[in-house]
Amino acid sequence: MRTFYLAIKYLALLLWSSFIVFPFLWALSTSFKDANAITSGATYIPWLQFKPSSQGWASLFSDGSTGINIVDPYINSAIVTISASVISIALGTLAAYGLSRFEFRAGFVKNSDITFFFISQRIMPPIVLAIPFFLMLKTLGLLDTVYGLILVYVALLLPIAVWVMIDFFGNIPRELDELAMIDGCRPIGAFFRVILPNSVPGLVVAGMFCLIFGWNDFFFAFTLTFTKVQLLPVAIVSLNSSVTPWWSLSAFALISVAPLVLIAFLVENFLSKGSLAGAIR
Amino acid sequence: MLEMRDVSRTVDGEVHLADISFTFEAGRFYTILGRTGAGKTSLMRALMGLMPLDRGQVLLDGTDITAVPVWERKMAMVYQQFINYPHLNVLDNVAFPLRRQGVGKAEARNRAREFIELVGLGDLVDRRPAQLSGGQQQRVALARALAKEASTLMLDEPLVNLDYKLREQLREQFPKIIERNRDSIILYATTEPREAMQLGDEIIVMHEGRIIDAGKPDEMFLRPRNIIVAELMGEPPISSFRGEVRDGAVHLAGGLWIEGAGRTLPEPGEYLIGIRPEDVHVGGTLAARVSMSEISGSETITHLILPFGDLLMLSQGVSIHEPDDRMNIGFAAADLYFFDLDGNLVSAPDREARD
Repeated sequence: MRTFYLAIKYLALLLWSSFIVFPFLWALSTSFKDANAITSGATYIPWLQFKPSSQGWASLFSDGSTGINIVDPYINSAIVTISASVISIALGTLAAYGLSRFEFRAGFVKNSDITFFFISQRIMPPIVLAIPFFLMLKTLGLLDTVYGLILVYVALLLPIAVWVMIDFFGNIPRELDELAMIDGCRPIGAFFRVILPNSVPGLVVAGMFCLIFGWNDFFFAFTLTFTKVQLLPVAIVSLNSSVTPWWSLSAFALISVAPLVLIAFLVENFLSKGSLAGAIR
Repeated sequence: MLEMRDVSRTVDGEVHLADISFTFEAGRFYTILGRTGAGKTSLMRALMGLMPLDRGQVLLDGTDITAVPVWERKMAMVYQQFINYPHLNVLDNVAFPLRRQGVGKAEARNRAREFIELVGLGDLVDRRPAQLSGGQQQRVALARALAKEASTLMLDEPLVNLDYKLREQLREQFPKIIERNRDSIILYATTEPREAMQLGDEIIVMHEGRIIDAGKPDEMFLRPRNIIVAELMGEPPISSFRGEVRDGAVHLAGGLWIEGAGRTLPEPGEYLIGIRPEDVHVGGTLAARVSMSEISGSETITHLILPFGDLLMLSQGVSIHEPDDRMNIGFAAADLYFFDLDGNLVSAPDREARD
């Protein structure tokens, strides 16, 4: 009976893993196809079912009018996502610490209301925010610039950072802050010397969320830029024309998702070593 | 000398501290005894500067320190939870307050090592708190508090979360461990009367945010100011019931009475009468029914029902009585405590020291 349950468990895991991995395998397989292989039906295994071609990957790294500009969108995406994530985590962590440790009251507005205001940013559909953001960036002369996008992304990522970190700080006993102060730290010293070093798991989780949301955003990258600044998701979609080069598009998609996959593996490894789990007990 | 003057604190209608005035002398070990919620932790937090006061002052050697922030007060604290810095190893945990005082890293670590040795963790200096047992974690907390060599050391039920054996072990080692800090004011909160009496030079009894009695352990035990102190100062606690002194005897409900020979009874009248469980014995004229027996180590606590009220009886050895068993018990008038109907002590047994 135990073997049976084990078999069921592994079968379920296999099915789910296949479901998750299939789009990646499809993209990988397609990236090594050419126009003939694409149009000759559903094939997946190179050499056996179709003759592999490096055309898709070559187009990403070739110069000239035939090549696809991958470097600029990559750099732009990296700058915007990393900058916005770092700023959001820095501001969000401070805000979350303040909200979790100190009581604020302005009339009927209390800590829980302020927290809700932060999170409510994410409740609204993006389209509602697009026009105000567009007008604001236009007024500031920041439309179609990296700086404008960073500002907008900070506004979008900050609620995530605050949300994750408030929950995390809520689980750190206040006695730890008090102990640091008893031992001679001022409140800010207690935060930087004791609370922050013990918040690495929260910071990693918040950072992961920010990077994923920032890196994958298409909507604002599309509506707030024109020609000068292009981010990866927009660059990928722009390949879609009357004759879509599926091989290039697949290679492009794979290479754009690579950093996130790498980060996920690094963090997973970090977690499995127990570096994060059980930091506070 | 640390002094509290009329200190009060109420939060959302709940009284944490009420008109506390007390002077703590340097070099003395004070145990603060009280039930959970009596205000022991609040008192420590008020002294520490961790809690705003509604009213009153805290003075250190005559200087008002009420407004001095916690990080500028030379005080140390050990919490009942095992609170240490999770990201630092044992050595750096203990050295942390010294570093904040401006002591160099090497010097702070050297001094920290001394205190780590003192609490018996010399082999574990490189471990993180999460890699230690509960008892070891609390020793780290204790070493850190001692290392600060603060003028006031507060220990908030430091042994309460340890298992029995560890608690006994650490309690026995306490006098030696704190020897170097004997010039400080030491405050030790506890709910256990035995711990309070064993450790303290002086016991402070707290109830509902107030200090209701304070004094030397023996005096407090023999002459508790009121029935609440009497209940708190014994484990198992004193039993109390109503009775009347008249015609040279103590008359109880159900037509029972105790001959008053062997002691001077208070003025005739109604009293709240207390008898300690260890003064109740099997054999006598009072018919009792057993409601429960508890074996506590090598002693047995028997819960008894009598016509005038419920009684506890403490007997040496293990003697199991089933519920509803009947037995005759007795106690002497010489062992009775008489409290007025407000609970204040009127007359206590005439004893020099605890039997």
